[in-house]
Amino acid sequence: MAELLLHVDNLSKRFGGFVALDGINLSVQAGERVGLIGPNGSGKSTLVNCMCGTLRNETGTVRFDGRIVDGLAANQRTHRGMARSFQLPRPFHTLSVAENLRIPLLFTAHSRSGRHLTREETESRCHELAGLVGLAAKANKLPRDLTQVEMRKLELARAMAADPKLLIADEAMAGLSQSEVTDIVDLLIKLNERGVTIILIEHIMRAVMSFSQRLVVLVSGKKIADGAPDQVVNTREVIGAYLGE
Amino acid sequence: MRAFLFYVVSILVGGLFFAFARWLGNDYLFFAGYTVLQFIVLATAWNILGGYCGYVNFGSAAFFAVGAYASVAMHKLAAGVDRYFPESVAGLAKLILPLNIPTLIILGGIMSGLVGLGTGYLTLRLRGAFFAIATLALAVVLQTLIINWDFVGGSRGAYIIRPSEVPILGSYIQYLFLVMLVLSVVALATARIIEQSRLGYGFATIRDDEIAAEACGVPTLRLKLIATTISGALMGMAGAPFPYYIGYLEPSSAFGLAYAVNSIAMPMIGGTTSWVGPLVGALLLGTLQQVATVTISSAVNLLIVGLLLVGFVIVAPKGIIGLVQDFMRERTSDKGQPTWRSRLAIFANMRPGAR
Repeated sequence: MAELLLHVDNLSKRFGGFVALDGINLSVQAGERVGLIGPNGSGKSTLVNCMCGTLRNETGTVRFDGRIVDGLAANQRTHRGMARSFQLPRPFHTLSVAENLRIPLLFTAHSRSGRHLTREETESRCHELAGLVGLAAKANKLPRDLTQVEMRKLELARAMAADPKLLIADEAMAGLSQSEVTDIVDLLIKLNERGVTIILIEHIMRAVMSFSQRLVVLVSGKKIADGAPDQVVNTREVIGAYLGE
Repeated sequence: MRAFLFYVVSILVGGLFFAFARWLGNDYLFFAGYTVLQFIVLATAWNILGGYCGYVNFGSAAFFAVGAYASVAMHKLAAGVDRYFPESVAGLAKLILPLNIPTLIILGGIMSGLVGLGTGYLTLRLRGAFFAIATLALAVVLQTLIINWDFVGGSRGAYIIRPSEVPILGSYIQYLFLVMLVLSVVALATARIIEQSRLGYGFATIRDDEIAAEACGVPTLRLKLIATTISGALMGMAGAPFPYYIGYLEPSSAFGLAYAVNSIAMPMIGGTTSWVGPLVGALLLGTLQQVATVTISSAVNLLIVGLLLVGFVIVAPKGIIGLVQDFMRERTSDKGQPTWRSRLAIFANMRPGAR
């Protein structure tokens, strides 16, 4: 059995009286491709925010790469090798596309590899990343010149730029065309083959099914299913949650 | 190369103005020039926090006053060496005191930098209007402390009798002018270096989106502390020679509204994303105020600033630099060859993405 990269134990999060996450347990092995699905408002993004340190969870622990990361700031978790994209794209709007990609290269890829990338290396890596998601032609544009779909691609490329061990893609494909979805899925699988563990949050079932080795389902802040994708989508609870009892 | 050019140009321009004023033989030019240079430093310092990081500081006067009162305190200490020091140390203290202006500037910078660091630490969780209010509160608290501190004159103020002459230059105001000239070059160089470095990119991500910055691995907390410290230190350095310039310092003048307003208005009018903005804004507004003081009245100064600020916010929210940038972006390259416009844009650090 491969070693555990991420282990979430009994994680809970409340917003006032509203329980967003209720005792979530989740283990992800190194090199795994995990799909995370659930209806809107089921707590998927909150779970990501708690794992990445954007939000503080009230109870439970998050263990990443053999260390407990509770209490670490988001930037420290990114340095340890966790990278995420945001569901609603949050580009740095006064920086160009290439500069957006340069930020994680300067602040994360730099310090973790123990060696500073030269100016030329950074530059070529920026353009390589922009090319990977099909934004090469717009590398010098500002985010406001991008379409919503392109912003999602930028979001994904920026998470990839941090050179992560675990990549969490939060609805990176919403609004993309069929062929683009296929492209992104292929890209993520290629990334995974290079050793990056990936958690994919997505509503497009075709993408989730073709991508995931394991599927986790959240409903109303509770994990109701966790297993092989074919079996999970056929369990009664999951069908009930999506289609109603 | 670009950095070298920057230093050559700024020293040339400063030297030329200095030579011109000396040739005219009019000390008033030095008095007025000093004020303009002081505002260049203040505006540049404000912009490091306000323009690069997006944290609006309304308490510039407090940092300025900390620097000024550090000098006053050292001056008072020097005047009463025998009273404040035991006999054994007094001899040594007399050797060091009174401190010269460059040392006072460094001291003022350290004091103000510490106040900046403290402010940054206490207000880390505040954003937007709340941060602005906190800095305003800092100014009020510090002013109250100074008013009740007898050693530096309290509310009565303190007289600083400056030497009438210095070696080589002769006139003391020319010396002060030169010191401030060097300081403004230092401030502009600091801003320039920040812009071109990793730090500058980090600051820009804080301005744009702190949560996304954290997710990209930017240690926002540390960078904000660095920004408040550098910004505060530069403001204190601008304030340190002030008591020697003005001759009589009281709390209401050191904490004056003019400093807070000008330090915000000058970068806003000049443009906040490049070091050139505060420079242009301070030169323009500072000169205009000096002219208005002589021709109309000193009371009209703030009115001019206010009107210009309102005008610019409506007509050119990106400041003068923004206007020029839009003009230059139209033709940044001609058949792939860099034009004088694109060269100028590169020299002024105006990245394509900059606001």
